[in-house]
Amino acid sequence: MLFYVFGGLAIVSALGVIGQRNPIYSVLALVLMFASLAGLYVVLDAPFTAVTQIIIYAGAIMVLFLFVVMLLNNPLEGHSPYDRSHPLRRTAAGRMGGVLAVMLVAELAWGLSRMVGAGAPVAGDVAAGAVVSSVREIGVKIFTDYRFAFEATSILILVAMIGAVVLARREEATR
Amino acid sequence: MDPTVIAHIGIILVVFVSLLLSAAAMVWIERKVAAVIQQRFGPTRTGFAGLLQPIADVVKLFFKEELRPRAADPFLFNLAPVIAVAAAFVAFAAVPFGAETTFFGLLDRPIALGVSDMNVAVLVIFGTASLGVYGIVLAGWASNSKYSLLGALRSSAQMISYELSYGMSLASVVLLAGTLSLRGIVDAQAGTWLGFIPKWFLFLQPFGFAIYAISGIAETNRAPFDFPEAEQELVAGYHTEYSSMRFGMFFMAEYINMVTVSAVATNLFLGGWHGPFLPEWLGGGWVLAKGLFLLFTYVWIRWTLPRYRYDQLMQFGWKFLLPAATLNLLVTAAGVIYFGY
Amino acid sequence: MTPIGHYLILSAILFAIGTAGVFFRRNLITILLSIEIMLNAVNLTFVAFGRQIGAVDGQVIVFFVMTVAAAEAAVGLAIVIALFRHRESLNPEAFTSLKW
Repeated sequence: MLFYVFGGLAIVSALGVIGQRNPIYSVLALVLMFASLAGLYVVLDAPFTAVTQIIIYAGAIMVLFLFVVMLLNNPLEGHSPYDRSHPLRRTAAGRMGGVLAVMLVAELAWGLSRMVGAGAPVAGDVAAGAVVSSVREIGVKIFTDYRFAFEATSILILVAMIGAVVLARREEATR
Repeated sequence: MDPTVIAHIGIILVVFVSLLLSAAAMVWIERKVAAVIQQRFGPTRTGFAGLLQPIADVVKLFFKEELRPRAADPFLFNLAPVIAVAAAFVAFAAVPFGAETTFFGLLDRPIALGVSDMNVAVLVIFGTASLGVYGIVLAGWASNSKYSLLGALRSSAQMISYELSYGMSLASVVLLAGTLSLRGIVDAQAGTWLGFIPKWFLFLQPFGFAIYAISGIAETNRAPFDFPEAEQELVAGYHTEYSSMRFGMFFMAEYINMVTVSAVATNLFLGGWHGPFLPEWLGGGWVLAKGLFLLFTYVWIRWTLPRYRYDQLMQFGWKFLLPAATLNLLVTAAGVIYFGY
Repeated sequence: MTPIGHYLILSAILFAIGTAGVFFRRNLITILLSIEIMLNAVNLTFVAFGRQIGAVDGQVIVFFVMTVAAAEAAVGLAIVIALFRHRESLNPEAFTSLKW
């Protein structure tokens, strides 16, 4: 039951992200989508992932997006300043994209209806749940099986930080 | 209805009302302590020793005119204080304030005194601190005024910078306690060494406490880190265009954030509800006492130290506090491995 | 409990919405937001499957996906800022110098 509530909220806010004209509203709709996904993760017995989602996505990345939108201050996209049409009605390429998206979902639904295990409930027995949701287990897994990914990700973040600072830096006034 | 459910609802109501009352009490504490530090009287006419001053302030705010600049975005302008206050209240949902009790046997199963007992409570506190940034950023943007926008951007940049050292000091405590649950961290501080020194993490982590305190003060935008709302610099920063109850909500959000930081510091470093004389489940009294002492320190620091300039504040956060917090974390990790705490 | 198929359908719908956003919108920042929607849809699939097989690997991979998404968002936004400085526009159709 909670799945339908959070899932519906996620879909509505995702539609809000791509449908809003003002990018600030898009960012806020995306934050709402992250919150509903965090709710879904809690339903799936993954509280650590839920809270990490809020901290990283809603708390840091979206604030970064908000800053950029505010600083660039280019409020509405449009072919001309007087173009008042809604962004979702404009391009022909976009309509193709919409058709492709619908086809993707339809094909997956068809494939799942033929699959045997699709009806299997997600929640297994409680014992499995106790193993899954422990932060200690996650930590052990990260630092033993996935330690290479961990080290590589830390270098990735360092490179991304340096890259972001270099790319966004204003050129020195030497001219 | 099941008495446990009634008890839970009762606890939630008690916490909610206490937070509202604490915001009011903080108004009085701040003005009285400021007065004592500045060698004057403070509020004395409203009620005995000015105790009704918060009520006077609230009534004044109610009667002010609700202004909204014409060019302000109406939806975001109204939403921003709501987000600020909501984040402040939600953070307190993860804070426990007493051990398990059956209320003198009225309930069949003991319930733990706190709104909830999450096993990732420390991260929830951190997450809601991150969400509080939105109230400020949206307030600055929606006001459509240059002072507001500048103040909001500076304030939010400061908050997200100090969140890092905040998180590192939290991580050091989690290392010592071995659990992310605040209730578990408090229970790891029960007992005493040598019979009279309580096993607080304050004594094991003095630098961690200092880093947490400094980051907490910076997170709540209080002096000496309140440049973004300083009157002399930016009119009033992100809440320049707000009046009446919307301003009251920002005001309340700031005080409740202070209360949350103090309550979390009490649970993390000062042993929470463990204290010598009271039984365990009345330990809320100890939480109150320790929390009040920390809030008094908050106000004391505000009226004693001068304000940091914005670039000094950011440099301090990134170039001194973050390396110090990382070093603290490493030393704590080494200590835990070596001494097997 | 809800079947795993429902979670997969929800994830597919979210992924499709993200894809549609990338195709439809003519604002660089909204395109980046749609990419974030797609990444989140994938995260949901990982966690759902991880829960079904009863291991924490799903959550571990989600942890790494979130980190990569953060890095990518930061660099992407830096590029958007640099582009905006050149052309004063966030419309991808303004950057067509390499087209024949």
